Amino acid sequence: MAHARKRCSSAVLAPAGALQPRPGPGVAMTSELDIFVGNTTLIDEDVYRLWLDGYSVSDAVSLRVRSGILEQTGATAAVLQSDTMDHYRTFHMLERLLHAPPKLLHQLIFQIPPSRQALLIERYYAFDEAFVREVLGKKLSKGTKKDLDDISTKTGITLKSCRRQFDNFKRVFKVVEEMRGSLVDNIQQHFLLSDRLARDYAAIVFFANNRFETGKKKLQYLSFGDFAFCAELMIQNWTLGAVDSQVADMDVDLDKEFLQDLKELKMLVADKDLLDLHKSLVCTALRGKLGVFSEMEANFKNLSRGLVNVAAKLTHNKDVRDLFVDLVEKFVEPCRSDHWPLNDVRLFLNQYSASVHSLDGFRHQALWDRYMGTLRGCLLRLYHD
Amino acid sequence: MPGKLKVKIVAGRHLPVMDRASDLTDAFVEVKFGNTTFKTDVYLKSLNPQWNSEWFKFEVDDEDLQDEPLQITVLDHDTYSANDAIGKVYIDIDPLLYSEAATVISGWFPIYDTIHGIRGEINVVVKVDLFNDLNRFRQSSCGVKFFCTTSIPKCYRAVIIHGFVEELVVNEDPEYQWIDRIRTPRASNEARQRLISLMSGELQRKIGLKVLEMRGNAVVGYLQCFDLEGESGLVVRAIGTACTLDKLSSPAAFLPACNSPSKEMKEIPFNEDPNPNTHSSGPSTPLKNQTYSFSPSKSYSRQSSSSDTDLSLTPKTGMGSGSAGKEGGPFKALLRQQTQSALEQREFPFFTLTAFPPGFLVHVGGVVSARSVKLLDRIHNPDEPETRDAWWAEIRQEIKSHAKALGCHAVVGYSESTSICEEVCILSASGTAAVLNPRFLQDGTVEGCLEQRLEENLPVGCGFCHIPYDELNMPFPAHLTYCYNCRKQKVPDVLFTTIDLPTDATVIGKGCLIQARLCRLKKKAQAEANATAISNLLPFMEYEVHTQLMNKLKLKGMNALFGLRIQITVGENMLMGLASATGVYLAALPTPGGIQIAGKTPNDGSYEQHISHMQKKINDTIAKNKELYEINPPEISEEIIGSPIPEPRQRSRLLRSQSESSDEVTELDLSHGKKDAFVLEIDDTDAMEDVHSLLTDVPPPSGFYSCNTEIMPGINNWTSEIQMFTSVRVIRLSSLNLTNQALNKNFNDLCENLLKSLYFKLRSMIPCCLCHVNFTVSLPEDELIQVTVTAVAITFDKNQALQTTKTHVEKSLQRASTDNEELLQFPLELCSDSLPSHPFPPAKAVTVEKASPMGEGNFRNRSAPPCANSTVGVVKMTPLSFIPGAKITKYLGIINMFFIRETTSLREEGGVSGFLHAFIAEVFAMVRAHVAALGGNAVVSYIMKQCVFMENPNKNQAQCLINVSGDAVVFVRESELEVVSTQQPTANCQPSCTGGEVTT
Repeated sequence: MAHARKRCSSAVLAPAGALQPRPGPGVAMTSELDIFVGNTTLIDEDVYRLWLDGYSVSDAVSLRVRSGILEQTGATAAVLQSDTMDHYRTFHMLERLLHAPPKLLHQLIFQIPPSRQALLIERYYAFDEAFVREVLGKKLSKGTKKDLDDISTKTGITLKSCRRQFDNFKRVFKVVEEMRGSLVDNIQQHFLLSDRLARDYAAIVFFANNRFETGKKKLQYLSFGDFAFCAELMIQNWTLGAVDSQVADMDVDLDKEFLQDLKELKMLVADKDLLDLHKSLVCTALRGKLGVFSEMEANFKNLSRGLVNVAAKLTHNKDVRDLFVDLVEKFVEPCRSDHWPLNDVRLFLNQYSASVHSLDGFRHQALWDRYMGTLRGCLLRLYHD
Repeated sequence: MPGKLKVKIVAGRHLPVMDRASDLTDAFVEVKFGNTTFKTDVYLKSLNPQWNSEWFKFEVDDEDLQDEPLQITVLDHDTYSANDAIGKVYIDIDPLLYSEAATVISGWFPIYDTIHGIRGEINVVVKVDLFNDLNRFRQSSCGVKFFCTTSIPKCYRAVIIHGFVEELVVNEDPEYQWIDRIRTPRASNEARQRLISLMSGELQRKIGLKVLEMRGNAVVGYLQCFDLEGESGLVVRAIGTACTLDKLSSPAAFLPACNSPSKEMKEIPFNEDPNPNTHSSGPSTPLKNQTYSFSPSKSYSRQSSSSDTDLSLTPKTGMGSGSAGKEGGPFKALLRQQTQSALEQREFPFFTLTAFPPGFLVHVGGVVSARSVKLLDRIHNPDEPETRDAWWAEIRQEIKSHAKALGCHAVVGYSESTSICEEVCILSASGTAAVLNPRFLQDGTVEGCLEQRLEENLPVGCGFCHIPYDELNMPFPAHLTYCYNCRKQKVPDVLFTTIDLPTDATVIGKGCLIQARLCRLKKKAQAEANATAISNLLPFMEYEVHTQLMNKLKLKGMNALFGLRIQITVGENMLMGLASATGVYLAALPTPGGIQIAGKTPNDGSYEQHISHMQKKINDTIAKNKELYEINPPEISEEIIGSPIPEPRQRSRLLRSQSESSDEVTELDLSHGKKDAFVLEIDDTDAMEDVHSLLTDVPPPSGFYSCNTEIMPGINNWTSEIQMFTSVRVIRLSSLNLTNQALNKNFNDLCENLLKSLYFKLRSMIPCCLCHVNFTVSLPEDELIQVTVTAVAITFDKNQALQTTKTHVEKSLQRASTDNEELLQFPLELCSDSLPSHPFPPAKAVTVEKASPMGEGNFRNRSAPPCANSTVGVVKMTPLSFIPGAKITKYLGIINMFFIRETTSLREEGGVSGFLHAFIAEVFAMVRAHVAALGGNAVVSYIMKQCVFMENPNKNQAQCLINVSGDAVVFVRESELEVVSTQQPTANCQPSCTGGEVTT
């Protein structure tokens, strides 16, 4: 009943012509099966890239043909087709292991030198700038996954590649979301990524968890690198992990208590005397040093209100999400419209943060530093064209 | 009770999810040996269970220890229904049964299921306590070592080479038993796997007994195969060469492994070449006819026949014939008698070895082969497999008589194979007729100074080429000339052999893979009629295969074939012939003539033109090949003896200056006419096709070489970068208008395209050589042709070519000087010979390098030291008997594994390609895991003996059976060895990287 030997020999097979597309003239044979298995698994970096980019076998073959490989090696298109199929099959088999990279190291089926293993993992988890900008800060849910079609059309990245990148984000997120310890370390340990890539993933996870809005039109000028930079500062200073390194979610969630406390900063702009004093301290210190001194002087109260109000609003989730929109609206744009040079922004922010220490009536110096230290770094990074 | 087997189950990892509800598994393990079973506790809810069991102890007979595999089954515990099997591990405990091999098997084994493939891994420790009263061997043969390697294994010395051992066992195939109708495919597959494992064990034990009877202690060149005879049963058969081996104590004495295996055996005292002339006996046959001249008459159906009249074992001609040696006559007569008697005591003076200790091989006659067609019927009594035994005995008898006809008393490089289609079976055997030195065959025979003296006249690097038969009694006109090397003895114009190139052979230029491919349509027929039809076709196939080989050899400008393997495969409606060999230019043999084309209709002008055009193309190809393979034989020999009988006086004078046998010249009629005597007659379109197909073989791209022998002549600076691979292709022929020609073209394209793909895939290894390229062809169904290739690609370093040869010669000189004086002569002559004939022109090296600018860079990247975080030790696999740039320090035992894989969801597993790709990768993984568990870091002499693939895409099903074998070894890199040997003089060092040490 169930034995291939008997099954196959007794099976009534349709004539070859019916099973296969009729071969063209001169081609009297079709390849049924064509495989190559090495004791050391062969990895072709170029084909791996094409596979990761989501090209079909036939697209990959024509791209390889265009790269001039046939001329270089004297191979035929058929050889290239067979080779590409082989590599694709191997990658397909490896993909299951790449979902949990430590498995790739311990498995016995594919003998791959460690340097190649590292390359496979690193490339698999690498992502496109254009794609990550679309997804950054969005909930990594089925809903977003449905939008991948649009993202693919918009970015020109194949849907297959979009799916891989999205699934990678989601997988990493799921694994490290509730873990103790440093976010970057956890990612590195469970996905064996390079330090650089692990940091990027930390940013992605942090953004996804806090759902920061990054897609608004006025934020389009910002790169993933800008956000990742801010994320790292925020993880270092604004999360639970910044105060206690032994809690769950420590690097993923913002320190709620800290956000509550930020309301206290409001007096810096609510108390008129305090605001005037702050302004005069900053102006005295910067007179003659800023190219845009008069603009600064004129805008000081607006800018200060903007920055302090952003802090005071962070108790609401909705406002946390809009953090970057607010920062750009309330600070970056006004400065940019007055053509502040970056250096003037830096001088101003330094002085603006430092002068608070001289305000006698203000008691929340530590809170101010925890807030402004990070914000200053972020703003300087965000301030560009 | 002579043995206690102890097993400990440590842990599992990466187990599959067996309980969908919890996404976990409640795993436990059953350990079974013979009829005893132990169980571990159930480890609840884990995919990485830690059983850490007690030691399970089996008290068993050593007979069982040899036959039975240890069977480990991992199951998922289920309270309410039957426990589900996750998979099994079979462990052959044979390596633990002899003292020098492994002492413990410990490591991670893939858990294998015939339906699902590998499902996680299990960590197992196995030990055997053997009791010491083992001297009364009865049914067991514990202690006999087995090697797949077809040469004397490194780190051993051959004391005596006893000779041929063979055995076969038969059984019913479980898949054809009645019970198979009611059991699951899994149960059926497992029954088969277990049965073959049992039969292999039994076979090995029986062969071991024969070895002990011969007073040997090892089997070298052990080749075990199974025949799936379908309804009529399952046959497992094995052949090998019984030897008495001595372990070499000093690890220091070895040459770079790039030299062929037997090199390091040089220190063994040996006797060289008794004067070959005394061996002239029996009728001689021209070598080029050998492959087919014997067999045509030998096709039978059912009834056994032996039309050979000269089966009698007595030599036809005595020793006094024609050219008896002048010096030392009586001694050699004695020697000869001893050789004769040493070998004639044996039923079959056959040797499965393909490489030999220096001095073992005296002369090579040529290839001998025999085939017979049989009809299979049910094996009624498995305990007495007499029919199969008789069939093989008959074939071997025939081989023996062929060898005799060539004036040879032995057959080396011997192998046997079958091809089965329905109830028809073709049995084939082939080997190389040879004259051997008796020194290795008997204990304590002719010793002493007499023989040593003979060696002084020994021609170096050409002795084996000298004809062993009597040129006066040749039934066919053959082209004999004086040896181009020593100019004393006669040599044929071409030499075909099944062995590896002897290490001392002088070769000019490089070698290359030469293949002959052929298909013949056959009417579908039943039983006797079918067998008769096949029998009638066989001689024609053999003839054509031979002609193709000869043409291609000439086209390459070469004059000898080594490692020749001709496979004839039978299918429902066709026969396929595939011959592979490595062509070389032997300096001792004459320059091959070209190929001349002659037309039959000389009056047709355009036809003439076409012919001359073809002729030009052929001549161009030959010239191109000579350049490609660097074949530039020294001009001087051409003048002296190149042309047939030029000025006899000058010639005899020349010869006289070297030996006293000059007067033989007059006895020899060398008038074999023009040297370009090889004429292809184009009398019909078929012949035209043949010529065309000759020219379609494309040489490998620059930077690539290929051969089917162990090493490539002319390359000796291998790096340690090796890549073993298996490639399988199946094509479906369109059944419309199939003609022999179309079929041939398809088959030819299939093989050529396969080779092209290999070259492309391995391009990053350039400059590189594909070694031990092993093609097998099978016809799984009416319109399907399956070709399986296993080979190893080895990168070599173009730059160090000159340097290496130099140091190599120096090394052998140094060593020789410590040996006795007679031996000193050997390397001296070798180097004076090899310098002009092994030119490594620097200009050539440059051109090849230019062609592959990326190759170097890639290589550097790859050889970067592995990072420390990898937990799986690297296990190298190679079909060769050595590892380049490394020394094998220990043989851990034979690996002989048989797997079945079946699927009922073929599409979901990526179609036939996905299915087989995964399966072969799994087989490699299981071989590596077993080697690592034995404490080894490589498998040498690896071979995939069978890969039977069957599919039924309509039912979404496929099944595949794979049988692999090899020798598990420990190797140490040469660079590490120096460090190690200063620390540990015994060289009993641990492998640099063993897998399976990890416990998570």
